[in-house]
Amino acid sequence: MNTPSNRLAYKPLRHIKERIIEAGLFLAAFMSVATTFAIVAILVYESIPLFKVVSLWTFLTDTQWTPLFDDAHYGIMPLVAGTMVTTAVALAVAIPMGTIIAIYLSEFASHKVRESIKPVLELLGAVPTVVYGYFALIFVTPLLQKLMPELSGFNMLSAGLVMGIMIVPYVSSVSEDAMRAVPMHIREGSYAMGSTRFQTATRVVVPGAFSGIAAAYILGISRAVGETMIVAVAAGMQPNFTLNPLEPAATISSYIVQVALGDLPHGSIGYQTIFAAGLTLMLMTLVFNVIGYWLSRKFREVY
Amino acid sequence: MTEKETILKAEARDLSFYYGQAKALKNISLPLYDKKVTALIGPSGCGKSTFLRCFNRMHDLYPNNHYEGEIVLHPDNVNVLSDKVDPIEVRMRISMVFQKPNPFPKSIYENVAYGLRVRGINKKSILDEKVEEALTNAALWNEAKDRLQDLAFNLSGGQQQRLCIARALAIDPEIMLFDEPTSALDPIATASIEELMDELKSRFSILIVTHNMQQAARVSDYTAFLYLGELIEYNETKKIFTNPDRKETEDYITGRFG
Repeated sequence: MNTPSNRLAYKPLRHIKERIIEAGLFLAAFMSVATTFAIVAILVYESIPLFKVVSLWTFLTDTQWTPLFDDAHYGIMPLVAGTMVTTAVALAVAIPMGTIIAIYLSEFASHKVRESIKPVLELLGAVPTVVYGYFALIFVTPLLQKLMPELSGFNMLSAGLVMGIMIVPYVSSVSEDAMRAVPMHIREGSYAMGSTRFQTATRVVVPGAFSGIAAAYILGISRAVGETMIVAVAAGMQPNFTLNPLEPAATISSYIVQVALGDLPHGSIGYQTIFAAGLTLMLMTLVFNVIGYWLSRKFREVY
Repeated sequence: MTEKETILKAEARDLSFYYGQAKALKNISLPLYDKKVTALIGPSGCGKSTFLRCFNRMHDLYPNNHYEGEIVLHPDNVNVLSDKVDPIEVRMRISMVFQKPNPFPKSIYENVAYGLRVRGINKKSILDEKVEEALTNAALWNEAKDRLQDLAFNLSGGQQQRLCIARALAIDPEIMLFDEPTSALDPIATASIEELMDELKSRFSILIVTHNMQQAARVSDYTAFLYLGELIEYNETKKIFTNPDRKETEDYITGRFG
């Protein structure tokens, strides 16, 4: 008898169930990828009418952005500059603060302190951004004006500073996770050589966690580049081509809000500019994410 | 074992150690001689590593631990467990090699130079000289000299462990602690580490924890058998392995328990 006995026979039902589960899981993963591609496709598709009127070269080199005026200019650079300046100010706050907090929590704080500080810190990230925006406008700006009387009521400095505070928990919690992932025996090796806590933190733990810390910085940059409400409320929504953080300016995202809230006729050039701006924003964050991915691959530490 | 003059380097006196409330070491007294290898053997959880880690005060890194008794370092005649002693100063004189190779995420060169840099020595000529000397003494120089700037993780397991030994050697320690240094290595790498230990003992005192009885017999001059946090027997290695005084020691060595 060469046929398998009944108890070893192939059970089709089991394999059908397995297939259904697999298909369900694939669908869930596919949805998110498909959504991303759909967004990109729509942004590109809707931008095309604009680029029929305005050449890509003009779009990238014109230094004025006035699509809604009679004398319309379509240079994205003022918005890019505004985005870059507010992001730079935010990072100047978030990266040092976030890193220092992460080092403290991971290497110095006792278990008890860490467990009580972390939830409070994460609360910072849970505050609605519009609240931050008004906080920047009616608290931080007047405060800065006491130091710099000629500072205008809307400015990128105050928006950027507050945005930096908002990003701190993102930077610190991801960096801290990366530092805590450095195995204890590596730290012990450092202590056994006679190093202090601070030497161990800066010379062994931070380099060991560098890929994760870089990922945290990139996450922070992406948050800052895409942040909308704070800059829309506190930075003034005026497309100025300037790199001076004391001046008001619009960022890409705040322009989109501004225009999307107005009553532009569907299909007009002004309406299409939103998509071109959105596409630019998306490409910027894509570049940062790619850099972040590359950094974390390059500096990945294998223990 | 020739009874050449043996100089006392350190001694545990009535040493007890507590993890929180749990008493992990019970009143251990044990001498450590200069230029000799002392091996600690015993079943898992008997307190060998705990005892070893008292010597460089590694337990200070974790909360709620405390020591009772003394570990006296000679010739200073100072109790290194005292509150008046800076554990960092202790670790600068008593270096340690761990169970699992734990190189830092740095180049081979920087790994060896680490202990010197921590001490504020940054002059390149001194570092170059010390790094070469340490790598040579750890029998790694020939393999590593052309790739000093490579990441240490690119070395094999055995090479990484020799790198960790070089790192510990670079600071000219007075005592070197080995916590099961070959348990993560293959037999060939193990042999080279054992050979190395034999050369190194002419320079300082060595305390080694090992699970491997043959290793203890091969490398050590003195052996201590620990069981459940107590020192059961301490004597010259030859005596322990051929004619132990205590029944428990004999049972453990012959594999009747453990």
